Amino acid sequence: MSLLPRVVLLIGLAFAVLSPARIEAAPVDEAFSGFASAGYDTIEKAIETLAASGHPTAEAVLNALEGGNLFVREADGAIVYKTKDGKVLDARTDAPIAGNAAESLKPVRVNNRIRRAVKAALGSLTLLNPRTESRRVAAEAVFKGRDPTALPHLEAALAKEKDAGVRRVMEQARAAALLGTDAPEAAKLAAIEVIAGRGDLEARALLASLGRDVPPAVAKAAAAAVAAIDGRLAVWNTAQSVYYGISLGSVLLLAAIGLAITFGVMGVINMAHGEMVMLGAYTTFVVQETIRKTAPELFDYSLAIAVPLAFLVAAAVGILIERTVIRFLYGRPLETLLATWGLSLVLQQGVRSIFGPTNREVGTPAWMSGAFELGGLTLTYNRLTIIVFAVVVLALLMLITRFTPFGLRMRAVTQNRQMAASMGIRTPWLDSLTFGLGSGIAGIAGVALSQIDNVSPNLGQSYIIDSFMVVVFGGVGNLWGTLVAALTLGVANKLLEPFAGAVLGKILILVFIILFIQKRPRGLFALKGRAVES
Amino acid sequence: MNPAPAIGAGHESLPTILYLNGVTVSFDGFKALDNLSFYIRAGELRAVIGPNGAGKTTMMDVITGKTRPDAGEVFFDETVDLTKLDEARIANLGIGRKFQKPTVFENHTVFENLELALAGDRRALPALFFRLGPAERARIDAVLATTALAPVQDRAAGSLSHGQKQWLEIGMLLMQDPDLLLVDEPAAGMTDAETEQTARMLREIAASHSVVVVEHDMEFVRDLGCRVTVLHEGSVLAEGSLETVQANPRVVEVYLGR
Amino acid sequence: MAGWRPGFTHLLGDRGGLVLLTVLAAAAVLVPVLNLLVPPTAAFHVPTYLVSLLGKYLCYALLALSVDLVWGFCGILSLGHGAFFALGGYAMGMHLMRQIGTRGVYGHPVLPDFMVFLNWKELPWYWHGFDHFAFAALMVVLVPGLLAFLFGWFAFRSRVTGVYLSIITQAMTFALMLAFFRNNMGFGGNNGLTDFKDLLGFNLQADGTRAALFAASALMLAGGYALCRFVVNSRFGKVLVAIRDAESRARFLGYRVESYKLVVFTLSAVMAGVAGALYVPQVGIINPSEFSPANSIEVVIWVAVGGRGSLHGAVLGAVLVNYLKSYFTGALPDAWLFVLGGLFIAVTLFLPKGIVGTVPALGPGRCWKGIDAATTQLTRLFGGGRTQL
Repeated sequence: MSLLPRVVLLIGLAFAVLSPARIEAAPVDEAFSGFASAGYDTIEKAIETLAASGHPTAEAVLNALEGGNLFVREADGAIVYKTKDGKVLDARTDAPIAGNAAESLKPVRVNNRIRRAVKAALGSLTLLNPRTESRRVAAEAVFKGRDPTALPHLEAALAKEKDAGVRRVMEQARAAALLGTDAPEAAKLAAIEVIAGRGDLEARALLASLGRDVPPAVAKAAAAAVAAIDGRLAVWNTAQSVYYGISLGSVLLLAAIGLAITFGVMGVINMAHGEMVMLGAYTTFVVQETIRKTAPELFDYSLAIAVPLAFLVAAAVGILIERTVIRFLYGRPLETLLATWGLSLVLQQGVRSIFGPTNREVGTPAWMSGAFELGGLTLTYNRLTIIVFAVVVLALLMLITRFTPFGLRMRAVTQNRQMAASMGIRTPWLDSLTFGLGSGIAGIAGVALSQIDNVSPNLGQSYIIDSFMVVVFGGVGNLWGTLVAALTLGVANKLLEPFAGAVLGKILILVFIILFIQKRPRGLFALKGRAVES
Repeated sequence: MNPAPAIGAGHESLPTILYLNGVTVSFDGFKALDNLSFYIRAGELRAVIGPNGAGKTTMMDVITGKTRPDAGEVFFDETVDLTKLDEARIANLGIGRKFQKPTVFENHTVFENLELALAGDRRALPALFFRLGPAERARIDAVLATTALAPVQDRAAGSLSHGQKQWLEIGMLLMQDPDLLLVDEPAAGMTDAETEQTARMLREIAASHSVVVVEHDMEFVRDLGCRVTVLHEGSVLAEGSLETVQANPRVVEVYLGR
Repeated sequence: MAGWRPGFTHLLGDRGGLVLLTVLAAAAVLVPVLNLLVPPTAAFHVPTYLVSLLGKYLCYALLALSVDLVWGFCGILSLGHGAFFALGGYAMGMHLMRQIGTRGVYGHPVLPDFMVFLNWKELPWYWHGFDHFAFAALMVVLVPGLLAFLFGWFAFRSRVTGVYLSIITQAMTFALMLAFFRNNMGFGGNNGLTDFKDLLGFNLQADGTRAALFAASALMLAGGYALCRFVVNSRFGKVLVAIRDAESRARFLGYRVESYKLVVFTLSAVMAGVAGALYVPQVGIINPSEFSPANSIEVVIWVAVGGRGSLHGAVLGAVLVNYLKSYFTGALPDAWLFVLGGLFIAVTLFLPKGIVGTVPALGPGRCWKGIDAATTQLTRLFGGGRTQL
């Protein structure tokens, strides 16, 4: 709602410049003197009169009134207004007023009723604006104001309107205004039908607010329309939940892909996986800090710079871990689990010692801020970017494992280590690289997660259980399984939330997975055969 | 394809202790067992041979309940459907198994390994209060003697030589006192002297039990002196005495390659 | 021959156990005496805070023992035993809450403070009965036991083993943590249960009560040890080790592996629950962070440090690591996680058998060999179970 008045204001200003001067002296004088009144009725009347007059300053004055910037000069009762940049202008002529006069100004009284009247009046003023978008916004404003006095303006504007989209909004506005009059029942029923056609929350609010003081047939039609809108909104809400679910799924996917390599392909239980993600997030933080200090103009590229660096940092740490700890523990998964847990504690405390225990601020580049609407959905750019990013990372990884010599060797070692070794593959080196790859991808995930989560030493811990759940649920050693599992769990979680609440939803998912693993210990997409059984 | 009638085995009148009919097992499209049909009579000693991947180990897995067949029937003692039971039930019915790679309980002593294999109540709670009686101790001592392991009975099984582990495992089978023994490559990795002693041990066991031996080593099979079944690509290729089988041109082809 | 009770013979030859039981018996007497009867000015006086601290260590030791029983002897690496500990603790905490009566901040005769604060009108059904100590004590055993039984029933029957089992036990305790954080679960949410006043009519702040709780912990630990020793020395225990070392071999011998695992897992959970119940009155609070997966995995490292598969090792490890923790979190708080993390890595890489399995004096050492052999012969002669070292 805070956006709308600002837009109206901007359009109003544009209109003030563009509109031809139409001066009708007498009613305007009456209107201006009306603003000095203490009674809301008089002020409301003044608003209508001013709007109907088409006075050149009408837009600016009404906007000023809405923002509390319209004043009565106590000395002579003249009406003045303040512009955004602090200038004080005469309301009737736009002539500047001397600066020191500002002290004796008394604001024109405004309450919610006045604000609504202003909105409606502004709407009718701009209904004739040459710019299509301005007319649409104006018609929307009238719809929300549902001021019966706007009806004549709407009729006039409709008569001239060529744009079908704007026409529709104007018709809806007319219908909304009509409901406030004592028009015949048939006309009101038709109006309800038009409003119901909008099918959004605004229409629902309007119809629901009709109350009991309308004829029963109208009330019934309104109730039916509300129910229909509710049904449609429920569909959109579900769609929105699914979108949130896909978004959560993409986060899970990012966190789990690296694990799908280290656990799924190598069979290494890396409890420090979450800390690789955390290292990626802190790399992003360091990159941004450096950019802020040395080259602020590059800030929009900070994430693009952070991605390869995070990969390298996490991969380097991963290879170090593999060389110094994990390689001594191959074939002893439970010991690996304990040792890597110890590593995760050391890494957490290390980061805490260097960067402090508190959350670190990671900024969002301009191009990732904001949102857009698609039908009844609100899609934020940062979530959308993460979804796309997760898909790209998965696709790249699949290409690497399928089509590069490294991927071929990696798969060879997975399937038969001794055979691969005897064919000249340096398996220890390949283990290090594979582990580095998995860790590096976790680091990349950290860059993305720094955009939606707190960057703190505990960042990784919150993902480790979820990541394992995703990999195990999807079936170990199967990247498609990881994708399906991440999306399924994400969407299921978000669909459960409206009914069960966030925490209970998560608990239900955990319980489901625990039961699922017992039913199918090898996950959704299990590899079959003798090799897996040992 | 049904096997040819038995040749001079002398068990024709006895009941069928193990009966496999049309058993098929596939892993990801690969048929490890393909319509395998095969039966053993009570008290019989049978050697099963075949090249790598012929389905010998999978057949053992199916009989002992480790792997469920996709199709076919497996009956023990003519009445018990083994495809419905789990490993523990099948073991308790009286089917013992010795693995290809000797698996004994390495942290237990030889004596304890045999004690664990001792036939009797296998339930968890009674095991809390179980105590070894003199009769059972005597049985263990007898098996220690049979397997020549008496001198090392207090050593951890993990410290035994390869051959001793194989014997210990055979000893454990004896302690189980099963009606049917499945023995997977008992002579693998043994010295000649050990192999010979193993064959003697198995013949001794076969005097009172039905035994199926899976083996690669032809000399060893000759030492056993029993009926032979040749598996190939998951089904029975030939069956009969070792000489008959070795004379079979298809067997020769399979073993020598195309 | 039948005159020899297994309960007696199984302790013969268990050197570490005998030492441990002696120490515990001595501590159960000496610590309260030195606390209550020796004047605070004397050199041998044990201050009350130390009594509670030692009592806490003993509860941790009992928890470590329970983990060692499943992990060390049956190969089940449970990363969720903290959940059983916490459930036992909550059962005791609920009893202590009900004992507060009208002495709470709001003075409500029935409802605990947090329920009054949340505007609850009546006691939830699952809080009924906890005003009786006997009922609460029953729940301390039943709730963890039942959860472990159900969990194990599903997990072991479907043959979830190894790291998969570890991961789902971790998920279990994580889910419970989330659940207990919720205010509307009726367990005090974030703050948990605290402000306890007395237990069985004794003021929890009094020195005498604290000393008694310490002695109770020592006795319970001794009892837990004797029980574990009995279990692992029985045929049942030998089957457990057999399952740990070669699970499928045990199956082909006809042992129903899932039954054995289920029994030992449930027993172990009950022990953990008892440890939690003793822990809560001594520390004065129980909150959902006890369920955190990090706690459970920390228990595993106590066992690993002491020596998995050695019962007195688990006790030693628990006391040692927790002493280190008390020392570091006091003196060098920033260094503690480095030390703990380092312990995880060092023990798995360099001390796979833990202290007991590595330091000769604590393990099957030379000077003890004669006694070992003698006791082994003795126990065999009289038909007892064999020594499990």
